[in-house]
Amino acid sequence: MTTIGTGVQDTLGLARLRWRISDILTVCHRNLLQLKHAPGQIVGTVAFPLTAVVLFGYVFGSAIPIAEGANYRAYLMPGLFVMSTVTTLVTAMITLVGDSDLGVMDRFRSMPAERSSILLGQTLSDLLTNAVSLLVMAGAGLVVGWRVQTGPGSALAGFGLLMLLQFAISWVGLFLGTVIRNVQTAAKLGPLIMPVTMISNVFVPTEGMPPVLRTVAEWNPVSASVAACRQLFGNPASVAVDPAWPLAHPITATIGWSVLLIVIFMPLTIRRFDTGPN
Amino acid sequence: MARATGDAVVVAEGLHKRFGSTQALAGLDLAVPAGTVYGLLGPNGAGKSTAVRIFATLTRPDAGRAFVAGHDVVREAVRVRHRIGLAGQYAALDEGLTGRENLQIFGRLFHLTRATAKRRADDLLTRFDLAHAADRLVRTYSGGMRRRLDLISSLIVSPAVLFLDEPTTGLDPRSRNEIWQTIRELVADGMTVLLTTQYLDEADQLAQHIAVVDHGRVVTSGSPDALKAQLGGRIDVVVRTPDELESTGAVLARLAGATPDVDPDRRLLSVPIGADTLTLPAVVRLLDQAGVDPQDVAVRRPTLDEVFLRLTGNPPDASRDGDGATLKETVG
Repeated sequence: MTTIGTGVQDTLGLARLRWRISDILTVCHRNLLQLKHAPGQIVGTVAFPLTAVVLFGYVFGSAIPIAEGANYRAYLMPGLFVMSTVTTLVTAMITLVGDSDLGVMDRFRSMPAERSSILLGQTLSDLLTNAVSLLVMAGAGLVVGWRVQTGPGSALAGFGLLMLLQFAISWVGLFLGTVIRNVQTAAKLGPLIMPVTMISNVFVPTEGMPPVLRTVAEWNPVSASVAACRQLFGNPASVAVDPAWPLAHPITATIGWSVLLIVIFMPLTIRRFDTGPN
Repeated sequence: MARATGDAVVVAEGLHKRFGSTQALAGLDLAVPAGTVYGLLGPNGAGKSTAVRIFATLTRPDAGRAFVAGHDVVREAVRVRHRIGLAGQYAALDEGLTGRENLQIFGRLFHLTRATAKRRADDLLTRFDLAHAADRLVRTYSGGMRRRLDLISSLIVSPAVLFLDEPTTGLDPRSRNEIWQTIRELVADGMTVLLTTQYLDEADQLAQHIAVVDHGRVVTSGSPDALKAQLGGRIDVVVRTPDELESTGAVLARLAGATPDVDPDRRLLSVPIGADTLTLPAVVRLLDQAGVDPQDVAVRRPTLDEVFLRLTGNPPDASRDGDGATLKETVG
């Protein structure tokens, strides 16, 4: 048998960075390959945003009164963008738990690839799949009357903000993935993301909620993100006269929330993943 | 016990590891010489897999040190990862990818160039007779095929040590033989293999050295023959009728200087070989003089089963309470 040595043993500086990037791309490529072999999942990635637009825009929307003259779908779309982004937490969690359970993660962890790169690769593939979902959703939004009322710069900033939020959320999902370690438990916990996204201004303004719920909703990072998107896309927003701080400064709040989540969960997750079960 | 020796590829010194209330390792010492197949033999929960997980840098010891290919598994983990292959009891493969894609991705993560990873995957698939299934999803593979792919996944980069954690657990006999054959071929190429198993015949068939592990430490080690010799042989006599048991017992007692064990149901008498006077010809001659015509007289070498039972107080395959830490162990 021919003897094959590993490419690089003592890599420094640039070469090391190159392998880091290569590892991230390899893991990302692997996740996308899995999608390729499971067309059902691709259908889901596309169908979910379309269903959401129809279901929430028309079925529920027909019964939800919004400010005089405003188009509810235009109000709703930023909410759906954030909802799609936030629910990737579940994807990140379940993917990691599933891979760990099968032993694939142990194989990856026994290889020379940097362990943080393995996690970053997962995050990257989630970013790409959600970007596709957002594009489909935005297309559907345009059909039902949603428009970007600002400029291309603001629109890009809006989607950029969504990606930052998703990067942060992914680390929460991966962290939960290192804690849970059981596929069934992870699958049961998944739906809990629904109330997190719904106790917010995604579907309705927070002003009408009972006081306690309203406070929760206004401090919910989801609300700040939705408000930030509405602002950046120039969509109708219903802001109370006395909003909580995050809703008064939604863009700053969203960046703040995201950075906070990244600073807490990224190092924590990488360390747990590196150390292994104790 | 085992100490670091010059040519040892895997060395463990006083490894301790606790998972919650389970003491998985309690001072494990080991030295695996280069170019050999070393078997870690022990019941479920003995700590074999935990040891392998520590060598493979998947989990860290609470105390003690371990070296693989001269590198400390904690402080030089990345160097260790460049030198090892790992295949497990649970085929650690991507079910949703084809066999070829699995190997290529593992190759890339071993930092082979794209072209080398591709060529290497093709070579291995051909060599290990999986070329026909290379482009099928692993989900559709049989248990034996999965295990083979798992095994060759650990060979993408010729490792200094190959760790095999219960490589044939749960396989049918035919697949098991195939895996054994593959392992023998690898060893013929000069690879060092550390194998964990709870099957005695597997250790006997494949390993040149065996360490018997129980309750997180090595109870004894040596070649399979040396282990069997530790227990010594026995002479077994089977008589034709139950009333011959007594006279035969007297003959054996005289020669052995000890009372034989008697199993009346099987009409079997058995004495350990120890005294010089106890030889097969002497037994046959004296029985003949006593007018006993035995159905069978034989010197019996102990089986590894008996060695195992003697050393650990447990039959080898008995599951016991406490978690066997496996490669996919999910103790939190």
